[in-house]
Amino acid sequence: MRITINGVATDVEDETTVADLVSGRADGRSRVAVAVNAEVVPRSQWEATPLGPEDSIELLAATAGG
Amino acid sequence: MTTHEVARALQPIEAADPFQLAGQTFTSRLLLGTGGAPSLEVLERAIVASGTQLVTVALRRVETSTGGGLVEVLNRCGVRLLPNTAGCMTAREAVLTARLAREAFDTAWVKLEVIGDEDTLLPDPLELLDAAEQLVADGFTVLPYTNDDPILARRLADVGCAAVMPLGSPIGSGLGIRNPHNIALMRDLVSVPMVLDAGIGTASDAAMAMELGCDAVLLASAVTRARDAEQMALAMRHGVDAGRLAAQAGRIPRRWHAKASTPLQGRPDL
Repeated sequence: MRITINGVATDVEDETTVADLVSGRADGRSRVAVAVNAEVVPRSQWEATPLGPEDSIELLAATAGG
Repeated sequence: MTTHEVARALQPIEAADPFQLAGQTFTSRLLLGTGGAPSLEVLERAIVASGTQLVTVALRRVETSTGGGLVEVLNRCGVRLLPNTAGCMTAREAVLTARLAREAFDTAWVKLEVIGDEDTLLPDPLELLDAAEQLVADGFTVLPYTNDDPILARRLADVGCAAVMPLGSPIGSGLGIRNPHNIALMRDLVSVPMVLDAGIGTASDAAMAMELGCDAVLLASAVTRARDAEQMALAMRHGVDAGRLAAQAGRIPRRWHAKASTPLQGRPDL
């Protein structure tokens, strides 16, 4: 299925969860947060949150600033 | 004395006059932003020299983020992290960013930034107040970056913000405190802690903020973009400490004419 990750259209496996996405793209990084369709997905629900076609995901991490 | 030794020597002086923010005690009255440093090594040395205990961090998309290693450096420094909503332009965006930051950083503290314009980076007062109200209702400890407007600061305090953080001048401008009178008026109007945030250029600006009644100073660029960030961090620390001491000591009144410090009595008739 096709989803959008950080503004880029991307094909992923149908059964992909938020947890899969985080471990694939932000592995080893602490201080990560995820929004799906502009809703926060709490860390405790990453495993249990499957992604659907057309979902828009923001995968964010700590950076210097402010 | 090395920079490190001087920094260490200041700790007991600062510890004698701690600063309360949302129920937490800090002995350092200097808050540091992490943006603008040429490297993590420079940032780390600046943090150590500054003596700060609270530093701001932003959230950005993972692939564009330069944050790899940042959290580790900050953990090593033993500082508390204060996530911000840098770059947000609407209350909706800022509230969502704050909620994401709460997840990422495991803290309900947020430096709330809602800017109205990318050229000036000045806060949008209406969006800011709206976002502050929503976040307070959601249980956040809200520390808003605000205009140097005493009435807006009072409104932010009234909706439950834990502090107000007025700008001295635009972010990164180094123009210092352009309207000191407003900062002094704000001090009279709000009882929550006041943190001068943005516009500091050099140590005398930091001292002035404290003399005007601020409880602390938050700065980034003035240190991280200085030629010698570590030395400037130490200078800012001295500035904050000196300004605080002066504010507590009670300055002499300003006078139009001179007032001799040497008595006229006993002057020889030459």
